[in-house]
Amino acid sequence: MTMFKSMSKSARSTFTTYAMVVVAYVIVQILANGGMITNSLTGQLVPICAYICLAVSLNLVVGISGELSLGHAGFMSVGAFAGVVAAACFSSSVPNDALRLILSIAVGGGCAAIAGFVVGIPVMRLHGDYLAIVTLAFGEIIKNIMNNLYVGLDSAGLHFSMTDANSLGMSGGTILINGPQGAVGIEKLSTFFAGFILVIFCLFVVLNLIHSRSGRAIMAVRDNRIAAESVGINVTKYRLMAFVISAALAGMAGALYAMNYSSIVPKKFDFNTSILILVFVVLGGMGNIRGSVISATILTILPEMLRAISDYRMLIYAIVLILVMLVSNNPTLKGAWANLRSRLRGRRGRPKVAAAEAAGDAPEGGDSDE
Amino acid sequence: MDFLTNLINGISLGSIYAIIALGYTMVYGIAKMLNFAHGDVIMVGAYICFCAMGYLGLSPILAVLLSIVGCTVLGIVIERLAYKPLRNAPSLDVLITAIGVSYFLENAALLIWKSDPKSFTSVVDLPSLSLFDGQLVISGVTMVTVLACVVIMIALTTFTTKSKQGKAMRACSEDQGAARLMGINVDSTISLTFAIGSGLAAIAGVLLCSAYPTLTPTTGLMPGIKAFVAAVLGGIGSIPGAVLGGVLLGIIEIFAKAYIGTQMSDAVVFAVLIIALLIKPSGLLGKQIKEKV
Repeated sequence: MTMFKSMSKSARSTFTTYAMVVVAYVIVQILANGGMITNSLTGQLVPICAYICLAVSLNLVVGISGELSLGHAGFMSVGAFAGVVAAACFSSSVPNDALRLILSIAVGGGCAAIAGFVVGIPVMRLHGDYLAIVTLAFGEIIKNIMNNLYVGLDSAGLHFSMTDANSLGMSGGTILINGPQGAVGIEKLSTFFAGFILVIFCLFVVLNLIHSRSGRAIMAVRDNRIAAESVGINVTKYRLMAFVISAALAGMAGALYAMNYSSIVPKKFDFNTSILILVFVVLGGMGNIRGSVISATILTILPEMLRAISDYRMLIYAIVLILVMLVSNNPTLKGAWANLRSRLRGRRGRPKVAAAEAAGDAPEGGDSDE
Repeated sequence: MDFLTNLINGISLGSIYAIIALGYTMVYGIAKMLNFAHGDVIMVGAYICFCAMGYLGLSPILAVLLSIVGCTVLGIVIERLAYKPLRNAPSLDVLITAIGVSYFLENAALLIWKSDPKSFTSVVDLPSLSLFDGQLVISGVTMVTVLACVVIMIALTTFTTKSKQGKAMRACSEDQGAARLMGINVDSTISLTFAIGSGLAAIAGVLLCSAYPTLTPTTGLMPGIKAFVAAVLGGIGSIPGAVLGGVLLGIIEIFAKAYIGTQMSDAVVFAVLIIALLIKPSGLLGKQIKEKV
């Protein structure tokens, strides 16, 4: 405990985030072993991990770098299909399942990073809502391309086509990606443990980046681009860096997600999925990594919990979304909440001024809306 | 002749996009928010018209009027309940609220009208126009759509430049604080903008479903996104820009479908947007705003 107290504020916050994830993993694992988790929830464990990674990675772009991206599902899609193809290619050469999963996720992340770089170069010329709409457009283009992509594997290697499965020109072998039907016959490699490791990896990358020199540069560009430029920060480089890293992490999450199912269609990664991830980020708090983790978990479980009232669940989800936004922006309630916080802090013996500062300035102030 | 047929189909589809884009652009211009629920208002408008004709047995004109009134009221209610309390909130929070409203409308429609597609009877009962010995056929819906688009554009331009309310609208979009100091009621002006935008969405919904007669709770989604793209392409906030962007987008989409393939047409549409924005970052007719330090 004394060690915890002697840490700097940011180190303490980082430590809490890791501890929270580890504790949550251990609890879920114990509950699962005790058979106390329903089947539908067990099926959601890997997707929850994937969504946490996606939310954390999108938070890097939206919260830390300050650009609204509406095409995050596109990178997820690239990662997912690249990962599936990689897993099939390695199936004979790498017999170990865990190693193959790691390789596939790495390939998925790599391909998504390349896509992120290609998309990022034109996108970084724009700002604000125009940037948002171009990322939306790229997301739709990626979905469209994936819808027309045919990939097959036979003894001669990989075959690609953009017209139909027959034009692959394969001798035997299997079709891995079949256009609009997507990838079929995926080997289910993803496990909850792998998901947990990937979450920790994403947190490690993003949290370390935030607290590094580059991270501070990215945030400086977000807060005031012109001022940042005038002190010699290469604006495009740092914006692009955040964008590409985010795309790579999204690709990894996509690969993990895809290998949890036996088949997956390109339509899954559409505009709605991008929006879903954005909702996690905004509800968790912009720039608040821990908030993203919590909100991604709660908002993925919530529709599952509401399954009993299946007809109304999305309606309730919509109402919850609107209400959270209205309540968290209500000036009266906001004032009352700030008051309560400062009082609680005051009782713990901290001076009021410091408490108010802590609540005000840090982006990691823990102001999550749940 | 194929070329002309495609061109006319493109203009017709583009006119629908243009009408939706006008609603987007006006709301964006004044409230600086991306109203993602706009596409769903289109769907609601089409359903109201469908029910009015199918269950109440109203004449098409009355049904369209009812649908316009219904959507206008819906627009005002949405604005009052969901957007007005967030006037000073961060723009992303407003965006998420708009997404929430969009989910809400979609799922409410799913509960009321179920997911099975309804086949929409066209509200336009005009005979097709046959030209060049029947080689070129222009349907009644196409003519009405294009006409409606032109009329709406002229009416809106006149309204925003000549009338007092319209001038107040432009003042608000320029500078809300200054407009308030000049005695303009900003809140009611924003409500009026939403009302007009939603009324236009109803017209667009009815015309859309008259041309493409399947109606489901997600009908408005893709046209909504594309109209948004059209508004950005033309320069968001600009009325002629929205019409230009919409018509261009419609033509590009139909030509891409005809000459490149149905599968890739959406990709082509979005690629055009990206290229256009890279060349002119504020849209075709948008104002280039210099950044001040």
